[in-house]
Amino acid sequence: MSLFQPSRGNAGGTADSYQSPPWSDAPPWNVGGTAVAQPGRTSAIGYEAVRASRDFWTIQRRYGSFVRPVCTLLIIWYFLFVMIAVFAPGFMRISVFGDVNVGLCFGVLQFVSTFAIAVSYRRWARRRLDPLSDRLRHRLEGGQEP
Amino acid sequence: MTGLAATGAPFTVGTPALNFAIFAFFVVVTLVIAVSAAGRNRSTNDYYAGGRAFTGWQNGIAIGGDYLSAASFLGIAGIIAIYGYDGFLYSIGFLVGWLLVLMLISEPFRNTGRYTMADVLDLRLKAPPVRAAAAVSTLTVSLFYLLAQMAGAGALVSLLLGVKGSVGQDLVVAVVGILMIFYVLVGGMKGTTWVQIVKATILAASAAVTTLWVLSRAGFSLPSLLQHAAASSPAGTRVLGPGLEYGVNTTTKLDFISLALALVLGTAGLPHVLMRLYTVPNAREARRSVVWTIWLVGLFYLCTLLLGFGAMWLVGGKRILAAPGGGDSAVPLLADKLGGTLLFGIVAAVAFATILAVVAGLTITASASFAHDVYAGLVRHGEAEPVDEIRVARITAVVIGTIAVIGGIYAKGIEVAFLVGLAFAIAASANLPSILYSLFWQRFTERGALWSIYGGLITAVGLIVFSPVISGASSSLITDRHVNFAFFPLNNPAIVAIPVGFFLGWLGTVTDRRPADSARFARMQVRALTGVGAERGGRA
Repeated sequence: MSLFQPSRGNAGGTADSYQSPPWSDAPPWNVGGTAVAQPGRTSAIGYEAVRASRDFWTIQRRYGSFVRPVCTLLIIWYFLFVMIAVFAPGFMRISVFGDVNVGLCFGVLQFVSTFAIAVSYRRWARRRLDPLSDRLRHRLEGGQEP
Repeated sequence: MTGLAATGAPFTVGTPALNFAIFAFFVVVTLVIAVSAAGRNRSTNDYYAGGRAFTGWQNGIAIGGDYLSAASFLGIAGIIAIYGYDGFLYSIGFLVGWLLVLMLISEPFRNTGRYTMADVLDLRLKAPPVRAAAAVSTLTVSLFYLLAQMAGAGALVSLLLGVKGSVGQDLVVAVVGILMIFYVLVGGMKGTTWVQIVKATILAASAAVTTLWVLSRAGFSLPSLLQHAAASSPAGTRVLGPGLEYGVNTTTKLDFISLALALVLGTAGLPHVLMRLYTVPNAREARRSVVWTIWLVGLFYLCTLLLGFGAMWLVGGKRILAAPGGGDSAVPLLADKLGGTLLFGIVAAVAFATILAVVAGLTITASASFAHDVYAGLVRHGEAEPVDEIRVARITAVVIGTIAVIGGIYAKGIEVAFLVGLAFAIAASANLPSILYSLFWQRFTERGALWSIYGGLITAVGLIVFSPVISGASSSLITDRHVNFAFFPLNNPAIVAIPVGFFLGWLGTVTDRRPADSARFARMQVRALTGVGAERGGRA
């Protein structure tokens, strides 16, 4: 099941329905035949123009603004746990209630934080990232020059 | 149900005939699935990527099936049953690493690659030597991982089927190898994926049932389960905190930090996990599938925690260690204690099916890398006919299966989770730096990629060779204590090899006189974030 169809051709979505394979040098908007192809030009120049565009810049900045701090924090959070387990095992043995100690709670919290980050990233990306990248992709694949 | 015979008599649990019947049932079911799901497998797209027709949740469960190997089910629970809390640290690393796959790898990877990791690097750098390097490291990591699985298979066999003696054990390992070669040859990626989905479901279900059973014995009270577990361990309540296995001295502590690094960074470099991202129609489904995997893997590891403490309580560390397979037999023994021979048979057969499925996933990855990267990409310069490429992939699958069988026969008796930890260390040092650099670093060059892949790979494998894993310790592969070339004190090389991989990638790049191709990086970035030009999938 595909969430979106290619903007032209192969609406049935057969296995080989792609316009420009990622390993080819040509930008996709010059391949399908509907766009004005510019043979002989350095292939990726069109991509540099896209990258310089404001829309792409917004996508990139948004992606970075979520992923960079979250990845940094989760690595710190994980290694905080590892370091305490290695160098302060006594702290981990402090009882919370009965035989359930700090270490166990800390470990389970790692699970909880992992689930929470995964779900919130998915929600965030669907709301904040996907509409932008969809729009840009449709425009590019629609055959317009960026 | 038999007790441990102190005289060293053969250690059997359950009824071999019943175990064998359950196991045969699993094999037949999975074979039928593989054959009927296989389809035609005429194009490389079908054979390597299952036509890219799987939905996010299907692929998410299949990734879970690929990831939850014998190391997870048997290994982690076994370490918890013997060392307590320290085993829990394994599962946390195994889980947290998935967040990096989710946020940094899954979408860009799906958008910029086709079948293998080398495709991604090739889009960025367009250099045959880099493709070769990526293929070499993919094959090395896959083989290490395979070895771990086959070692687990060998250890399980005697417990499972009552096969005694070395020859019988080897024979069963060989049968496992032949079966999984068959899955891959007939099923291709589509068949293999369905096998993973079925296996993951059965595995999760049986883990959940056994966990509930353990909890019911403890009156559904976690504190009471922990109390019983601690009471039946010679270390007492110390098993409930960290340090029993790794807190002995500074070397073991460093070793643990090294392992923690390998676990959290290794997942994002595992070729058989990365290849699964290509079986969905687009990047959005790839993201969804990783979220599904995180739920499945996380809940499963919470179960293994309880299973481990349950085995500590109901079976006891001493009896587990005395069983063939050592710690890896904790869960099957626990099942025997709870539900008798039937549950034992089911759990053991599930464990076996797990190994089988993971081995199949690894084999298809390794064979795809050889056929797609080495044969089609390098030998035929991208001009190979799909039919020829698939034929090469099938031949490679047979060769790799054979190597795995032979390796498994030699590696039996080594702790599975430990071997998998080594595979993670190699994946994190050889693959991860070049993947991250190509996706996110503008200056990255061909030389940087070659230095980081080969540098990370050679450092990781080299340090393993000169570590106590191979020689110089009582648990070494070379049992002769006079042979000792272990000058690297740690068992896991990650703490050195991962920084080396990243550093060499940086050094090779900044000392490269040829500038990076900024147009290629622009294409990489635009494609990674928007999905322009990515190969679309078919319908499920």
